[in-house]
Amino acid sequence: MVYADNAATTKMSKIAVSAMLPYIENFWGNPSSLYSFGQKAAEALVCAREKIAACICASPSEIYFTSGGSESDNQAIISAAKIGARKNKKHIISSSFEHHAVLHTLKKLEKDGFEIELLDVHVNGVINPQQVADSIREDTCLVTVMFANNEIGTVQPIAEIGGVCRARKIPFHTDAVQAAGHIPIDVQKQNIDMLSISAHKFHGPKGVGVLYARKNIPLTNLIEGGAQEKGKRGGTENVPAIIGMAAALEEACANMEENNRKILRLRNKIIGGLKKIPHSALNGDGEKRLPGNVSFCFEGIEGESLLLLLDDRGICASSGSACTSGSLDPSHVLLAIGRPHEIAHGSLRLSLDENNSEDDAEKILQVVPEVVDYLRSMSPLWKDKLIGKREFLLPE
Amino acid sequence: MALYSEKVMDHFRHPRNVGSIENADGIGEVGNGKCGDIMKMYLKIDDDVVSDVKFETFGCGSAIASSSMATEMIKGKPLTEVLQLTNKAVAEALDGLPVHKLHCSVLAEEAIKAAVQDYYDKRNRD
Ligand SMILES: Cc1ncc(COP(=O)(O)O)c(C=O)c1O
Ligand SMILES: [Zn+2]
Repeated sequence: MVYADNAATTKMSKIAVSAMLPYIENFWGNPSSLYSFGQKAAEALVCAREKIAACICASPSEIYFTSGGSESDNQAIISAAKIGARKNKKHIISSSFEHHAVLHTLKKLEKDGFEIELLDVHVNGVINPQQVADSIREDTCLVTVMFANNEIGTVQPIAEIGGVCRARKIPFHTDAVQAAGHIPIDVQKQNIDMLSISAHKFHGPKGVGVLYARKNIPLTNLIEGGAQEKGKRGGTENVPAIIGMAAALEEACANMEENNRKILRLRNKIIGGLKKIPHSALNGDGEKRLPGNVSFCFEGIEGESLLLLLDDRGICASSGSACTSGSLDPSHVLLAIGRPHEIAHGSLRLSLDENNSEDDAEKILQVVPEVVDYLRSMSPLWKDKLIGKREFLLPE
Repeated sequence: MALYSEKVMDHFRHPRNVGSIENADGIGEVGNGKCGDIMKMYLKIDDDVVSDVKFETFGCGSAIASSSMATEMIKGKPLTEVLQLTNKAVAEALDGLPVHKLHCSVLAEEAIKAAVQDYYDKRNRD
């Protein structure tokens, strides 16, 4: 099997699994308990918090454990909104291609009277920091822009956007779920006030993540309960998962350069090969993108059938077509970069990691063009384009 | 649980009656690129019986499988019977479709009805 869907989730690393096991089998005490058996787990949490903080240049007291990227996004946004509302500042700046964990939270705030401004991400899927500067108002209470997009992989000028926000004293949150463990993060140099991380995107376990919140940012609870996470997130900590997350992030950051050298070579090879398919197009900027992301649109075919046939040939991938999402509209990300609906339906995302091989790349480059050809051969849309009855939307 | 039944996957992987018919007696095309599914049906009709049928589909697994199943269900059938075909019957013949995929099977019924209508329209014109 060729697994090329690492943006959806990743295989757990051996190091992460072995770090977790003792906290499942032996040291299963409650970290809030006073006796030393429970304190053994509490110590491990301290250590995990330190490791994670070190990976993003934060201080351990600024690390809050959550159930994953979605919760972190929700809490960051709700917290900033709450502070804003108190000062009657109800304007939030974000981008049109954020993850739904961000977009749906903003939608909810909109119902509560907030004004949400979604910045255009242009055809290349990259925001310009000047757009943020131009949009900031007296009543802006938050800027939230994702570090790297989950579908098209484009990386945003986070340090510059953070700099603009810092100068205007506006809290800046970034959803770094796709970035963490894959590209360097430094919350100091990049002027980040809040940041979301999810462990299962960097070979850690599912259902665990981090919200980084700078010392001066007071968080609002989403979950009321005990005194865990300085009272900002109730509930007994998922100790093994947190330990696994810390081990995975430490490993990913330590091997980042070496992994990326390999991943980039494979990615560029695949992008180069798929570009040869007529009437296809790479989604998102060719340079400013995650090392592992390959995102294409193929004219005249539909994404779900492409995925099903790739699955039959042993390739795991994903698509932004409507029929894979369960809604009638194709991916909001592809629409945000200006792809027409019809083209957005025919999208393919391959997301690589360091476990992918040259053979995987070869196989992808052999199978994808075959499947695209086959589906086009039975597509009335494609046929109409060939005979000139409909216009081609993507260049040859 | 897989998304699709074995039957759906069989028709998706090995669609029956794919292609087009030259000088077809009735052609029906429904759907649009915007919604992600386009289905085109070609009918050959002799003595008000569907003697041959072919389809072309741009769409998801459910759309391709429904078109394939629908062509099998109407081949050799008199037009009166063909017009009784419902998307429900197509979905049932496929051992069911996920709820959010039912809209794709509606197109099969619609494409066939459009093709029959086209046949009647052409005949009335002659
Ligand atoms: C950019 C982005 N944000 C948030 C999330 C949600 O993360 P989680 O699945 O950990 O809740 C994802 C995962 O799909 C993501 O890619
Ligand atoms: Zn469909």
